[in-house]
Amino acid sequence: MIDVKNITKIYKTGDIEFQALRGVSFTIKDGEFVAIMGPSGSGKSTLMHILGCLDTPTAGTYFLDGKDVSTLSDDELADVRREKIGFVFQSFNLLPRTTVLRNTMLPLMYSGIDEEERKKKAVKALTATGMTDSHYHHLSNQLSGGQIQRVAISRALVNDPSLILADEPTGNLDTKTGDIVLGTFQKLNEELGRTIILITHEPDVAEHADRIIYIRDGQIVEDGRAHSKRKARHHA
Amino acid sequence: MKTSDIIHETYTALLSNKVRTGLTMLGIIIGIGSVIAMVAIGQGAQGTIQSNIQSLGANLIQVTPGSQGGPGSQVSQGRGTARTLTYDDAQAVAGELSLIQAVSAELSSRYQVVGKGTNTNTTVMGATPAYPSVRNVSIAEGSFISNQNLRSLSKVAVLGPTARDDLFGKGASAIGQTIRINGIQFKVIGVTVAKGGSGFQNQDDMIFIPLTSAQKFLAGANYVSTIAAQAVSSDAMSQAQTDITYLLLDRHKISDPASADFSILNQNDIVATASSVTQTFTILLAAVAGISLVVGGIGIMNMMLTTVTERTREIGLRKAIGAKRADINRQFLVEAIVITLVGGLIGVALGAAVSWGLTAFGIIQTKVSIGSIFLAFGVSAAIGIVFGYYPARRAGALNPIEALRYE
Repeated sequence: MIDVKNITKIYKTGDIEFQALRGVSFTIKDGEFVAIMGPSGSGKSTLMHILGCLDTPTAGTYFLDGKDVSTLSDDELADVRREKIGFVFQSFNLLPRTTVLRNTMLPLMYSGIDEEERKKKAVKALTATGMTDSHYHHLSNQLSGGQIQRVAISRALVNDPSLILADEPTGNLDTKTGDIVLGTFQKLNEELGRTIILITHEPDVAEHADRIIYIRDGQIVEDGRAHSKRKARHHA
Repeated sequence: MKTSDIIHETYTALLSNKVRTGLTMLGIIIGIGSVIAMVAIGQGAQGTIQSNIQSLGANLIQVTPGSQGGPGSQVSQGRGTARTLTYDDAQAVAGELSLIQAVSAELSSRYQVVGKGTNTNTTVMGATPAYPSVRNVSIAEGSFISNQNLRSLSKVAVLGPTARDDLFGKGASAIGQTIRINGIQFKVIGVTVAKGGSGFQNQDDMIFIPLTSAQKFLAGANYVSTIAAQAVSSDAMSQAQTDITYLLLDRHKISDPASADFSILNQNDIVATASSVTQTFTILLAAVAGISLVVGGIGIMNMMLTTVTERTREIGLRKAIGAKRADINRQFLVEAIVITLVGGLIGVALGAAVSWGLTAFGIIQTKVSIGSIFLAFGVSAAIGIVFGYYPARRAGALNPIEALRYE
C-alpha cells in the first residue's frame, strides 16, 4: 500500500531552484499494476527515486505499508529498500562475470540470510520469471538481453518486496524481447499478486498496466484506467 | 553481510582484473621484501661484528698507557707512547682483584723478521703464558711460551700461521727452525691456530716471544704496551674496570683520575659502539626499503580509486538493493587490506629467500628476525587500511541515484 500526499521536490544548484515535483498525491493498493508516464523532464524519474526510497521529498509525506518513509536517513532508507522494494533498471545492472544464481541472490546477501535459504529464494524467483535451471550457472554476459532482464526481475523479486519498481525496463530491448519482459511483469502481477510500478515514456509499454498516471511538469495531469492491450489480449 | 560473503566478493573483485591486482601487489611485495632483506642484512652484520669482537677474547678489559709527559708538561707525544705500565702492574691486577680471573701483559712492536732466506715485517708480541686463554688463541702444533721461558728470558718464538707461511712457505713445518728478529736468533717452538682477521688486527700475522725477552732484547726497557685483563663475567666488567683504575692510580701515586697515565677500554664498550654503528646502518637500510613500501601503498590507493570509479554503477546498484554505506565501505577496505596482506606474505617469503640466498652464497651474513616479520605484517595491514580508507569512504558515500546514472 502506497500513499503519497502532496509531495514536492526542489533541487537547488547554487541560487537556482528547480521544482521537479509540485504537489503530487496518489494511492496505490497492493496488487496494482501501475504505469507512470510522462515525457522526459516531467519529473517521473524524480518521483521514481522517491517511491523507490532512493531519495526523500522536500515536502509532503510518503507512507509505504503504513510507515512514513519521507524523513528517513540514508541508512534507514537502505533498510527499507532492502526489505520492501525491488528495482528493475533500463540498463539491467547485473554484476559482470557473476553467475545468474549469484546475481539473483545479491539482495539477500545484505540481509544476512544464510546460503541455503538464499538459494531456495533465488530459484523460486528465477522460476517465476521463466528462467530454467540450465541457466543458473551461466555468467551474466553469456545471456541474451531478454534473459538478462528476466534475471534482473528475479533479483527484484527475490526479497519478497511490497513493490517492484521498473524504470524503462524495455528501453534497451527490441520490441519482441520487450514484450516478453512486459509479459513477465503481467504474469507476476496476475499470478503472484505483486504490486508493480512501471516508469516509461512509451504509451505502448504503459498500456500493459491496469492504471496509468500521466505526469507533466511535476504534476499529475491524468490518473485513470488503461484501456489496455492486456484486456484485448484477455478477450482474444 | 556475512564474513564469507565479504571474502567471496573480495576474491571475485580482485580476480576480475588479475594484471592490475598483480602489479599493485608487486609494489607491496617489493616493499615488504626489501624491508625484510635489509633488516636481515643489518642484523646479520651486527651478529658478525659482535662475534668477531668476542673472538678476541671474552670479557676483556684492556689497559693501555697514556701519553708521555704527564701533568704540567706542554708536549704530549700521543696516547699509548708512555712507558708507565709494567709487568708488576699486571701481576698486581691479577693478584689483588677478585673480579679478574686472568691477566695477559703484552709488549708489541713491529720488527723486520728473517726466516729461512725470507724476510717479513710483522708484529712481535712479548707475551706471558696467560696470553692464549685471555686472547682466545689456540696452539696448532708445538707449545706456547711457558713460565720457565718467561723466567729464563728464553729466545723462543711461537708463530702465527700467516707469519709461518711468510717465513717458511705455506703449511711448512717450522718447529725447531730458527728465525732472526732484529738480528737476534729465536727458536720456533710452536704455531697457533688460524683465527682470521678480526677487523682490528690480524692475530694470525704475529710472532709471540716471552715478554721478558722482548723487554730485554728488543725494547731494552721494562714496560708493557698492553695489559689485557679478563673479568670473571660480563656483568662484573664495569666494576672490574673501576677496580683496575683505582688499583693502578694507587700504584702510580696519582690522586686525580682525570690525570691518569693510562687508559682503559672495556670490551662491552667496543661491542656497544659497533652495535650502534650497525644499528644506524640497519635503520638506514630499513628506511630506504620503507620508502618503497610507501610508494607501494600509494599504488594501492591509486588502484582502489580507479576501481571505485570503474565500479560506480555497481556501487549504485548495490546501494539501490539495500547495501548500507558501511557495507560498501567495508567491501573496498577489505579489498585493499587483502592486497597488502597477501602482498606482505609473499614479500616476507621473498625477503627471507633473498636473505637466505645471500648467506648461502657467502655474500653476507644475514639474520631474519621474527620481529621484523611481525613488523612487516603490521605495516602492510596498516598500509592497506591507511591507503584503502579514502577510496573506500568515497565508494560508501556515493549517492545511489548519481552512481546508477554514471556512464
